Amino acid sequence: MKAIKPIEPADTHAAVRARIASLPIAEFNPADPQWFVDDTAGYVFERLRREDPVHRSRSPVPGIDTYWSVTRYKDIMQVDTSHGVFSSEDGITLMDFPPGDEQKLPMFIAMDPPKHDAQRLAVSPIVAPANLNNWQGLIRERTVKVLDGLPRNETFNWVDLVSIELTTYMLATLFDFPLEDRRLLPHWSDMVTANKLTNPDAPEPEVRMAELRKMLQYFSRLWNERINAPPRTDLISMLAHGPATRNMGPAEFMGNLALLIVGGNDTTRNSMTGGLLALHHHPQEMAKLRANPALIDSLVPEIIRWQTPLAYMRRTALSDSVLGGKQIRKGDKLAMWYLSGNRDESAIPDPNQFIVDRERPRQHLSFGFGIHRCVGNRLAELQLKILWEELLRRFEAIEVVGEPTRVRSSFVRGFSHLPVRIPA
Amino acid sequence: MPKVTFNGFGGGTHTVEVPSGTTLMRAATENRVPGIDGDCGGNCACATCHIYVDPDWCARVGARTATEEEMLNCVAERADNSRLACQITLTDALDGLTVKLPEAQH
Repeated sequence: MKAIKPIEPADTHAAVRARIASLPIAEFNPADPQWFVDDTAGYVFERLRREDPVHRSRSPVPGIDTYWSVTRYKDIMQVDTSHGVFSSEDGITLMDFPPGDEQKLPMFIAMDPPKHDAQRLAVSPIVAPANLNNWQGLIRERTVKVLDGLPRNETFNWVDLVSIELTTYMLATLFDFPLEDRRLLPHWSDMVTANKLTNPDAPEPEVRMAELRKMLQYFSRLWNERINAPPRTDLISMLAHGPATRNMGPAEFMGNLALLIVGGNDTTRNSMTGGLLALHHHPQEMAKLRANPALIDSLVPEIIRWQTPLAYMRRTALSDSVLGGKQIRKGDKLAMWYLSGNRDESAIPDPNQFIVDRERPRQHLSFGFGIHRCVGNRLAELQLKILWEELLRRFEAIEVVGEPTRVRSSFVRGFSHLPVRIPA
Repeated sequence: MPKVTFNGFGGGTHTVEVPSGTTLMRAATENRVPGIDGDCGGNCACATCHIYVDPDWCARVGARTATEEEMLNCVAERADNSRLACQITLTDALDGLTVKLPEAQH
């Protein structure tokens, strides 16, 4: 990599860090998306882990209001693995909707057993080991095509031309979705996660729902085609023929589509961008990797830890319990801040270092633990592995030539823009 | 010191000897037996230490825990003799145990 001065968080963020250190901790609201736009949430969590690891927070946003922030690795593990106490039924993000509001979409990630298990089992075979072997050749072919088509000697947006393009191709393939319309998928993904209450630039709820109905309409056409044909190995066919999913109503179909689209899109996309940025900030790690490309196997989980593309998951207490010394009451909602647990030095050695040959790189929280653990984790890793194999093989330098633009969300920790230049 | 044998999916066998009280997952990861990840460190929370117990050994190994039963929904190719290796503690009574690895951890 060309020696462009890395952005030193220590320089640019020192003032923010000092300010955060001086704020009364009772006022901390980690879900404020501004922390994520500025990439300063890490300092908030650093203080919470040290001083108040299970923290009662209050958001000014109606619908979020009061929630617990769980910031330490071991407490997150406890909540994530206690689905009998901490339910997913009220949703996986902090936003609450009035009962019956159509904006709250039913999807299996936001269900408890037994329904969760049955619906998850309907789709999980598509990313099982045997199928991953089948995907491998196709993913590599697409990756090569996309990388060979990148502009040389001129600045382009890595997010758009690499991250979105590759994950969108993958998702279209999983759904057997018409490739020419594939850009509808990230558009709908953005609509699913859009929230006017926390992001003034997001579309109005009516506009959002109208777009999601278009998504439902499009996929209903595919569903009807597939249900009238013999079962195939694409996600729509699997849902249409699966005993636990074939009788889903429109809302549940829409919800599960939303889950699969966001799950397969917003996550790996941002790890594809975050990984490049991390290596840009750590040129010595890039040098290690160039010297020994076999390190890609540990690079990939380290990127996923470092990026933590979903910063938290929400749970709702079904009964009273004590967590980290705090009394949690039935009905309380909790955010398990994976981003914070992934920087917890009591669980991960040197957590603030990006280390491509880390000893135990797979112990991170980014996929969650317990019954809701990311179903597509191995596919995500495979996509990143192939991307880095092909990047290292092809380009002697990939220059990050400016600051990234981060999305205004405390849930999806992502990027909308990263200017990059590849010398000819 | 119980001995345990891991038979790989596509062939390849590893036999290791570990102190009594070691979990089957640790027996693999601490002896670099390939094919077992143990991402959650033994919390029965990731299902990446899936193995098949040799049918002759199932009765002696015992029953699954309730959490394990649920986590096994996350694995590919679940079978009657599927277990999570972090939930099996090796003792002298299990000396000679043989298990088979799946194609890959999911």
